[in-house]
Amino acid sequence: MVEEAGIPTLCMTSALDITQAVKPPRAVFLNFPLGHQTGKPNNRELQRAIVRDALRAFETIRTPGEIIKLPYVWDPNDSSWEQFDYTKEWAKNMPPRPARDEADGMEAARRSRFSKPRP
Amino acid sequence: MPIDYIPRTRELYGDYAPYRWVVNETVPWTPLQKPLSQCRIALISSGGIVYRDQPRFHREDASYRRIPKQARPEELDVWHFGYPTADAKKDPNCVFPLERLREFEREGVIGELCDPAFSFMGGIYSSRKVREELAPQIADELKRAHVDAFYLVPA
Repeated sequence: MVEEAGIPTLCMTSALDITQAVKPPRAVFLNFPLGHQTGKPNNRELQRAIVRDALRAFETIRTPGEIIKLPYVWDPNDSSWEQFDYTKEWAKNMPPRPARDEADGMEAARRSRFSKPRP
Repeated sequence: MPIDYIPRTRELYGDYAPYRWVVNETVPWTPLQKPLSQCRIALISSGGIVYRDQPRFHREDASYRRIPKQARPEELDVWHFGYPTADAKKDPNCVFPLERLREFEREGVIGELCDPAFSFMGGIYSSRKVREELAPQIADELKRAHVDAFYLVPA
């Protein structure tokens, strides 16, 4: 939609099957676990390499719908994360109580560490 | 081997009616008009990033947040039900590379990072809400900000 409005777009992805169905104009695929699209926590060099490579795709992708695959490997010695069954483990890894509606989201903001105490 | 996310998502929404997946046949295209080093780039994350005491997202929330370009990692929080968020909370740059893009702006890799950056919560069941509400609002803001390129990072 943004592309149709005249602004070139680039999507990153770790879900190749979904991206192949959606067919965004430009896509960069990285085979990392969900929640790590641009790298590992506090690993600045890896994050820089991933983002730098992704941005390059703005200039190198010439065919609409092209998906570039980045070469980075999550763990060269252990690919067991790919067998991780999200449907069974989902609840254990999710935040304890995601907000259920808008009022809940406002309340969660008030309870956050950023909220000023009421006078 | 890349994981097949479509079957797993089907199982997550097992109680709902069979999902009508978005499958596109054609691909829109706008060529980049100038080198990246001269472009104003806007960042958007679907990872549920919020700034300070902005309202947190809720399920099927199609709203978005504006994140100030200079936001420090300790001023960001993460609120999402669809992915393990522990590492994003430790270091938001895993899913929202704001600091990395600020560096690239200083180094001249990109022309400018758009202020603000954007964030929404990607676990939106209704593709209609995205198509009719979220996407047009964002496209509008990007046009008014004269953004040259749009960088989407999922979580």
